[in-house]
Amino acid sequence: MIRFESATKQYPDGTLAVDALDLVAPSGQITVLVGPSGCGKTTSLRMINRMIDATSGRILLDDQDVASVDPARLRRGIGYVIQHAGLFPHRTIIDNIASVPLMLGRSKKEARAGAMELLERVGLDPRFAQRYPAQLSGGQQQRVGVARALAADPPVMLMDEPFSAVDPVVREQLQDEFLRLQSDLGKTIVFVTHDIDEAIKLGDQVAVLRVGGRLAQMATPAELLSNPVDDFVANFVGRDRGYRALGFESVTALPLESEPTVSLDSSFTAAEKAAVDGWVLVLDGERRPQGWLAVADGPSATGDTISTATLRRGGTVAERDGTYRAVLDAALSSPTGRGVIVGPDGTFAGTINASRVVALIEARAEAPR
Amino acid sequence: MIGQVFSWLTDSAHWTDTPIDTGIATQLLAHIRFSLIAVGIAAAIALPLGLLIGHTRRATFLVAGANALRSLPSVGLLVLLTVLIAPHFYGRTDIGYVIPTEIVLVLLAVPPILSNTYAGVDNVSPAVTDAAKGMGMTERQILFGVELPCSLPLIFSGLRSATLQVIATATIASFVPLGGLGRFIYDGLQQQDYPQMISGGVLVAALAMAADLLLALIQRSVVSRGLSGRFSRAVVVTSTSERTEVEAG
Amino acid sequence: MTSMTSTSSSPWHFFGYFLDHRSQDLSWLWTHAWLSVVPVIIGLLIALPLGWLSRRYGWLYPPMVSITGLLYTIPSIALFVLVPPLLGLSSLNPVQVPIALTVYSVALLVRVVADGLASVPDEVNQAATAIGYGGVRRLFAVELPIAVPVIAAGLRVATVSNVSMVAIAGTIGMSNLGQLFQLGKDLSTPTAYYPPIVLGIVLCVLLALVLDGLIILLTRVLTPWRRAVPSR
Ligand SMILES: Nc1ncnc2c1ncn2[C@@H]1O[C@H](COP(=O)(O)OP(=O)(O)OP(=O)(O)O)[C@@H](O)[C@H]1O
Ligand SMILES: [Mg+2]
Repeated sequence: MIRFESATKQYPDGTLAVDALDLVAPSGQITVLVGPSGCGKTTSLRMINRMIDATSGRILLDDQDVASVDPARLRRGIGYVIQHAGLFPHRTIIDNIASVPLMLGRSKKEARAGAMELLERVGLDPRFAQRYPAQLSGGQQQRVGVARALAADPPVMLMDEPFSAVDPVVREQLQDEFLRLQSDLGKTIVFVTHDIDEAIKLGDQVAVLRVGGRLAQMATPAELLSNPVDDFVANFVGRDRGYRALGFESVTALPLESEPTVSLDSSFTAAEKAAVDGWVLVLDGERRPQGWLAVADGPSATGDTISTATLRRGGTVAERDGTYRAVLDAALSSPTGRGVIVGPDGTFAGTINASRVVALIEARAEAPR
Repeated sequence: MIGQVFSWLTDSAHWTDTPIDTGIATQLLAHIRFSLIAVGIAAAIALPLGLLIGHTRRATFLVAGANALRSLPSVGLLVLLTVLIAPHFYGRTDIGYVIPTEIVLVLLAVPPILSNTYAGVDNVSPAVTDAAKGMGMTERQILFGVELPCSLPLIFSGLRSATLQVIATATIASFVPLGGLGRFIYDGLQQQDYPQMISGGVLVAALAMAADLLLALIQRSVVSRGLSGRFSRAVVVTSTSERTEVEAG
Repeated sequence: MTSMTSTSSSPWHFFGYFLDHRSQDLSWLWTHAWLSVVPVIIGLLIALPLGWLSRRYGWLYPPMVSITGLLYTIPSIALFVLVPPLLGLSSLNPVQVPIALTVYSVALLVRVVADGLASVPDEVNQAATAIGYGGVRRLFAVELPIAVPVIAAGLRVATVSNVSMVAIAGTIGMSNLGQLFQLGKDLSTPTAYYPPIVLGIVLCVLLALVLDGLIILLTRVLTPWRRAVPSR
């Protein structure tokens, strides 16, 4: 657990970067610091491993004041990942990853073996081991940076905008992998970003800082979206926060409509007969939804069968006990207006239309909480 | 003329010492000795200084100051220092000429080594030193484990350019009467013996090239391939799923 | 009388020495100046197309850089004495020094020009091509102006080191400020006589500083956009 106790940093030029910050980052969880540029996120993060020393207040790491630990020793027990990875250009990938274990006195063989394992763990081909950083793409370098920070298996990781220098597609990939990794490892992580979407996606809890280094709100992502404490947080969280907040609330007792369905191998004539308003839902042999068939498209060229080529597969599918956001999206994205809902095993459960979902959302808002 | 130079150089009598004349072998060794001492002293001063200035980013004015030394004319300085120092050592040894020569050569070699070493450390990406510090390296480990190896390409180019200038300029040691390959140039000039004069020039050039080649070879073995870019296989990477490999030339 | 000789051999008497031998010293200064400048200018004119070619055709760059680097390993004094036989001139020909110095300038500047052109951002070049600048027109309108700072840095090194090399040529009989050192050395044989030596050093340093300043000034005039302070 990391605890800030009115930690303050004033730079020699007078800038008050962090002002009496009180904050707890619980063990085994991801705590995200988010806020506009220059609000003191990096400064707060770097006070934990003493890259910057607090001018007043304390920071406790598992109840020990970090100021009482030798900085180099402290840092060897804390993983640290930064924006541009900062890989050592003169060392191979494997030796980059093995840096901290070697410093801690492990044997070269042991350190390299551990590094090879980590390389695969962060999703890199073992072929990369003998390459140099200059031979890797930005996203790959970032993975190596994460692997390097994990190498000595530190209980705590500090990450300063680790994914912000890569393109959005790669960023999403890295985020997903990072969450998967964390669910295995359960590290205590403090993660800095200026991207609220990233904060909401990754954080078990999110601390919003305002310029001047003051804590504006500390909450779970859902709480932050539904209940911003003031205009600053509300604005920062964004305009579509109402819609995004629906992503954190699960529906209960979804009133589903029954829907006539046909299977993939049934005849076109049968499908035509079952159709409602010119559309019929097609399932596979295990009753999993495959797509909507428009009667107007006609049978397949080979005879009286369903043409898989003309199936509309575009709509999203929501789980019966999924979030309001997923259910509403299923309704909105369906070509028929009837959202496809499935059970936990992926089999078709029924449909619901958007106005019914909205009615549910309104009913939930009116209910006293 | 080229034929005459060739026969002067291949005449074995010119290579060995005689009671009146010093041969090529001896002068070559003397030239190498002057140059080694000068580059050695200059490196001993400029390397640690450059590393320290680059690491601490303090006293950077020293680098600019050393660069201003470049505008001093080396012959002029040599003559001045000789006239100043040599009389104190008359008669006994040639140390009165060696000292001024070495001072001039050291002054010549310090600026390129110092400014390149400084630039080398200064050019190390801040992200790299930040990461090094963040993983718990001590200042010493950062300097010797990260900054020094990363600056080696620039340090070597400074060292090579200093060595070239020193070997070239060591010829003027013979202007104040000292040995070295410049002897053939100045003697040849005085005696209107042009084959000898040109041979001297050829010998200095050959020595300079040999020294540069040697340093280039050392550089090749010392500098990490991650920095020099001489990868065994170059890889063009677009994303994890799509990799194209091409043979490096 | 004794006191007068002792003051006049003092290092600080160099200005008095200059006044006494003004016309000779000024003519040496003049030769020294043009010997330092002209080879750099000719060298630049030769290096520009070579540098451009080795930038344009990538395969030319490595051999071009090795060959010019090799030229640079030849000591100046050796090159001075090597030029006449190589060109079939009589030894101690007055053009041997400028030719040798031109060779050096080319050797140094080819790489500088190529690296300077390489310093032009790719997107600038592509944008220039896209709005219709082609080949040589793009070179003069876009690439060269942007490369000016890098090229100017190379010119400064070439010019300042030329001043020192010209002085070395003075010791093998060429008539320039180097003669002052020869003179001082000869006059110092019985007892030290400093004025010409100190005068030579002072004039060389001044010349180097003035030429260096001129190049800096010229660079500023040629790159007005670099004085614009970016607003943050
Ligand atoms: N070394 C320093 N000296 C003086 N002021 C500083 C220093 N470093 C940071 N600051 C100031 O402290 C404040 C907080 O900086 P910090 O780097 O922590 O911001 P940040 O939240 O990480 O911003 P960003 O999202 O842009 O990275 C800023 O106003 C910054 O200008
Ligand atoms: Mg920051």
